[in-house]
Amino acid sequence: MSGRDFMKLSFTSRSENEAFARVAVAAFVSRLDPTLEQIQDLKTVVSEAVTNAIIHGYEGREDGIIEVEVEIEGDTVSLAVTDRGKGIEDVELARQPLYTSRPELERSGMGFTIMENFMDEFEIDSAPGAGTRLRMKKRIESKKALYN
Amino acid sequence: MSLQVELEQHRNTLIVRLRGELDHHTADQVRFKIEDAFLRGRCHHVVLNLQELSFMDSSGLGVVLGRYKTVSSRGGKLVVCGAQPAVKRLFELSGLLKMLPFHETETAALSGLEVVS
Repeated sequence: MSGRDFMKLSFTSRSENEAFARVAVAAFVSRLDPTLEQIQDLKTVVSEAVTNAIIHGYEGREDGIIEVEVEIEGDTVSLAVTDRGKGIEDVELARQPLYTSRPELERSGMGFTIMENFMDEFEIDSAPGAGTRLRMKKRIESKKALYN
Repeated sequence: MSLQVELEQHRNTLIVRLRGELDHHTADQVRFKIEDAFLRGRCHHVVLNLQELSFMDSSGLGVVLGRYKTVSSRGGKLVVCGAQPAVKRLFELSGLLKMLPFHETETAALSGLEVVS
């Protein structure tokens, strides 16, 4: 696909919206004709990022605002997930596999590890009290390109 | 976009069949239903059939890990069967693939347990 394409979602920090966000992003990205595996990866990553915003950013409050932005440029998908919640104290610690700040919630501590593994680029911008913005990129090899 | 939990007891084993999408939103009901049936039925093992589970994220891993702890603390086994490729990849990434027995079918999972018990 040539040129640039963009969309932005803004929704409240309710857990029902985890499914809404991942389905909406998958529908938007489908124009690149990704493989099923790539779509699954993106859906999982969106789910992880939005869940983090709800549980950690807003600590379960349902009136926070989460923004999901998706940009398509050529064959690359850029994804940003932003909350204005409490932010991350220690980003390096949070990135460690199996680390969770909320062990009482039976979390696996795999959210950031999954995002890093499933995307080509992954960055965390966060500061205590200032919210968190996750920025990621993934190159999509379309099925058309594979078959041609 | 929901999740259905089907529970069946086979001798000392609780069979849990999940259909739909397991994420943070649906995790609690799965956790409570399994925990309740496992304790009330005085079960020893759990077979988790994921054949109809079309989506799972790290919240699902947390649920599986939590049930593994409950079951193994009572000397039982948690066995997973029928996981689709995307779900299996998450188990692999988290190291759970090496911790838990995985089978293709529910029958294989059950017969594996009968040797154990």
